[in-house]
Amino acid sequence: MFDKILIANRGEIACRVIKTARKMGIKTVAIYSDADKNALHVSMADEAVHIGPPPANQSYIVIDKVMDAIRQSGAQAVHPGYGFLSENPKFAEALAAEGVAFVGPPVGAIEKMGDKITSKKIAQEAGVNTVPGYMGLIEDAEDAVKISNQVGYPVMIKASAGGGGKGMRIAWNDDEAREGFQSSKNEAANSFGDDRIFIEKFVTQPRHIEIQVLADAHGNCIYLNERECSIQRRNQKVVEEAPSPFLDEATRKAMGEQSCALAKAVGYASAGTVEFIVDGDRNFYFLEMNTRLQVEHPVTELITGIDLVEQMIRVANGEPLSITQDDVKINGWAIENRLYAEDPYRGFLPSIGRLTRYRPPAEVALDSHVVRNDTGVFEGGEISMYYDPMIAKLCTWAPTRLQAIEEMRIALDSFEVEGIGHNLPFLSAVMDHPKFVSGDMTTAFIAEEYPEGFEGVTLADADLRRIAASCAAMNRVAEIRRTQVSGRMDNHERRVGDDWVVTLQGMSFAVKVAADTTGSTVTFDDGQALRVAGNWTPGDMLANMSVDSAPLVMKVGKVSGGFRIRSRGADLKVHVRTPRQAELAQLMPEKMPPDTSKMLLCPMPGLIVKIDVEVGQEVQDGQALCTVEAMKMENILRAERKGVVAKINAAPGDSLAVDEVILEFE
Amino acid sequence: MKDILQELEERRANARLGGGQKRIDAQHSKGKLTARERIELLLDEDSFEEFDMFVVHRCTDFGMENQRPAGDGVVTGWGTINGRMVYVFSQDFTVFGGSLSETHAQKICKIMDMAIQNGAPVIGINDSGGARIQEGVASLAGYAEVFQRNIMASGVVPQISVIMGPCAGGAVYSPAITDFIFMVKDSSYMFVTGPDVVKTVTNEVVTAEELGGASTHTKKSSVADGAFENDVEALAEVRRLVDFLPLNNREKAPVRPFFDEPGRIEQSLDTLIPDNANTPYDMKELIHKVADEGDFYEIQEDFAKNIITGFIRLEGQTVGVVANQPMVLAGCLDIDSSRKAARFVRFCDAFEIPILTLVDVPGFLPGTSQEYGGVIKHGAKLLFAYGEATVPKVTVITRKAYGGAYDVMSSKHLRGDFNYAWPTAEIAVMGAKGATEIIHRADLGDAEKIAQHTQDYEDRFANPFVAAEKGFIDEVIQPRSTRRRVSRAFASLRNKKQENPWKKHDNIPL
Repeated sequence: MFDKILIANRGEIACRVIKTARKMGIKTVAIYSDADKNALHVSMADEAVHIGPPPANQSYIVIDKVMDAIRQSGAQAVHPGYGFLSENPKFAEALAAEGVAFVGPPVGAIEKMGDKITSKKIAQEAGVNTVPGYMGLIEDAEDAVKISNQVGYPVMIKASAGGGGKGMRIAWNDDEAREGFQSSKNEAANSFGDDRIFIEKFVTQPRHIEIQVLADAHGNCIYLNERECSIQRRNQKVVEEAPSPFLDEATRKAMGEQSCALAKAVGYASAGTVEFIVDGDRNFYFLEMNTRLQVEHPVTELITGIDLVEQMIRVANGEPLSITQDDVKINGWAIENRLYAEDPYRGFLPSIGRLTRYRPPAEVALDSHVVRNDTGVFEGGEISMYYDPMIAKLCTWAPTRLQAIEEMRIALDSFEVEGIGHNLPFLSAVMDHPKFVSGDMTTAFIAEEYPEGFEGVTLADADLRRIAASCAAMNRVAEIRRTQVSGRMDNHERRVGDDWVVTLQGMSFAVKVAADTTGSTVTFDDGQALRVAGNWTPGDMLANMSVDSAPLVMKVGKVSGGFRIRSRGADLKVHVRTPRQAELAQLMPEKMPPDTSKMLLCPMPGLIVKIDVEVGQEVQDGQALCTVEAMKMENILRAERKGVVAKINAAPGDSLAVDEVILEFE
Repeated sequence: MKDILQELEERRANARLGGGQKRIDAQHSKGKLTARERIELLLDEDSFEEFDMFVVHRCTDFGMENQRPAGDGVVTGWGTINGRMVYVFSQDFTVFGGSLSETHAQKICKIMDMAIQNGAPVIGINDSGGARIQEGVASLAGYAEVFQRNIMASGVVPQISVIMGPCAGGAVYSPAITDFIFMVKDSSYMFVTGPDVVKTVTNEVVTAEELGGASTHTKKSSVADGAFENDVEALAEVRRLVDFLPLNNREKAPVRPFFDEPGRIEQSLDTLIPDNANTPYDMKELIHKVADEGDFYEIQEDFAKNIITGFIRLEGQTVGVVANQPMVLAGCLDIDSSRKAARFVRFCDAFEIPILTLVDVPGFLPGTSQEYGGVIKHGAKLLFAYGEATVPKVTVITRKAYGGAYDVMSSKHLRGDFNYAWPTAEIAVMGAKGATEIIHRADLGDAEKIAQHTQDYEDRFANPFVAAEKGFIDEVIQPRSTRRRVSRAFASLRNKKQENPWKKHDNIPL
């Protein structure tokens, strides 16, 4: 076995690989850019080599620099993680030339599968079902429009070298094809250094289901069942699970066998993923093969008990697989939620900055359930604009799907992230969404269920009462402490009463709090009584409560005269007042937030790349107004309605903060 | 006998109605509470003891003798906030628009005299159209009597003004003298002369809100220390503030039970200071992570944001915090920030509240507007305030402490009790670049040499150790252990006794 392995990556995946390498007794080498000097993967590794400035194209994807790091550290093998150089055949070649093992498939397999056009041809030849599309290269935007028409709208425009949603657009008409082609091409050139684009039919009502394969250099190939990754936003996966709630055993077997056939056809040896699009009749079509470890691999590990990174390292070391297809079982259910530094209330725009607080839920591995969090960040760390906005992969496992979902809900509620915008509330909302819970989803789930974007969660009466009862009990603790300040008038102390009115989400609940040594009984005015227990004390930012013996986890913040409570995707201001205070509070006017409807606000910190309009110009609903670049993604901001531009406050090159006014309308 | 008891109840009920139900409804329709409702919210339930409920005015001009409502437009008395005694007056807009008469003023003076004598804070709730015109100079005399007591009470008991309606003309000078002014957004305003007079005299057209609303006074003029959304919120926040304050200048800052480990380590503070010395970071994160339970009561949050002032607790005891904010103007001192911090420091010193100073200051803001505005004298206020303060003073230098601003920010030389520095601190006369250009003027043409000199200067001086070698820094501490170190420092200073030479009073450069 190797003595030392270098991980040519960063973030959570570098940390993930280091964990397994350490378990196998292999020393680890991290590489890092200037931006990652203090990163978690650097402190976890046995040694670390600096490889350049923050932009990936000057550090993590510069083959020469990584090769230097390998030489310098004397690593005998390299795990590339995902992204960066993981599917770059030139890198694999460079490693081979120096006699360093690549923890991944042979160069030939990467080349064949790395090009989407070639891969499709090979797949067809190997007897794998494929989607209709145009395989040739596309010259320009007009050519793209012509081809799109031939294939028939809707079409998918994709970067040939792309992945993970980058350089990918769906077009429903000629205009979108033209625009999509151009932006895909730009993004592809920036992200992958390869601007080739291809177009294929966009299958409607699709589910994204992929097969994990594992092959060795001795001609053995097995499939480790499927992962369902249909919950995506703009082709970026958000929630994955294994197994899929949709597949039957026959389809699973057919997909698995076709995947193995494809792997064998290209002489595959390592872990790989064959992605399929599956329609409502369980017809499945080959999408692409990812010749690397997939982001969502933990769910497969959780249901099969197989450490994929370990298997990859063993295969790279020339060992034959020790597992046969018969050994692969489906044990229970696993769900992964990807925590992104993206603000769900602002159209999921990237958010960067310092993690002033980062406290993931405790990892547990019990027979009843498992909580696993793959992360590459830490409290006090920085989410930079240079890399992927994913900051953690939270996974839960339980014997059944519904139990796994419930564990995920609690884990999400327990996950504390402050300082940046993030999608935790959105993930909570998905975990409670009836369609997700029933398993009835397509890749259009997010677009269809949240057409206007995510506007937060409105909780049902029963949930509100659980929170109200908890807050009433918590407030009692806080009030009693207030009465214990020094300097009181003896014998004339304030007594904290039992009657309170809890106001939240526009509702008021009159309650009576009866506290005893083990908790409080909170009685509502309609007679309902909830038993609340928990050890919350003032200042705790997480309240682990139990309400009628069911867990309730809430993030607790301060708002003037009350609590800010975040739970189950809702973000509430909760006021607990005496009946008289509540009566007087009723008299207070409701104040409307300032009218920003006639302004275009910068939705994230970023750089203005382009302003598309002029003062006095009339713009139509949906027309592009300007482009803001953040985290290497170009975001086109569009007019929400027809209007006339009155004032432009920013110019290309300006770097703007959140909510700065870019344009004003008449 | 029964009739007499009955009559008392009737008289009380009548007094409690103030200007009558119609005016109470009008007050409510403006989103404002009545004088008594406000007192109810301010004080502990059933703790209010009223004085002078039956006082009536003595004016006999303009038919005033026919309208003599009990209480005369102000409700006064005392009660408790979380069991601690405070005096309160609350002007009743439903009675003659809350206007101040001779007797109205006498009621206020009575509770102020008692507050000074008995050592309890005074909270004034202002909602008044101004002087009672019908009473003429008697009303003006009333104001002055109140002012005189405000002045006598200053530094003896905390005085808090809550502006919950109009406060114009001479009336503004009572709040102006008090320690804190809070306003309610959209329903309160303060000015010396109103929009009509402004229009006549200067031809400026301005609304009452623009001229003297909460936004103006919290952001532009710094007259107000905070603004709240409505009456309910404002009064809840005043209660919260009172919990931080001692009742008078003879008492130590209050202590209450706390649920936070004084030795709490905050690993994340080790990465608070960015790699690049010119990159800002949020000093409030440090304040929140040092404070008990992350609880911070900020004063003048929206004004001169390059300096942060407010109250936290350490081990349950109130501590005043003054901190440079690198996010705004790089945290430099200027006229506004010096004035803001100086006043805060003097409040803390007057009321025995220990002071924690967090320093990241690149110097004083240069420029003609600063010099013409008298930054010399304004900067000196902060210097003076720190130098005269005898309360426990603990200072932590997180990054820059350059030039005269280093001296000003509670340095060891101004009788700082504990002066800590993080390893990232740079205590020097100025930044390396500026210093090099002066010291090595001869090499200015040679970029390479200058770069080398700059590097040398940085290596030698851009650290806390030169100052530590001289004993100007007591200890260089790990950022993560700041809360523990600072808590222990203040704990060791609980019996601090320090006195300034006798003087009638000092002559701070006002």
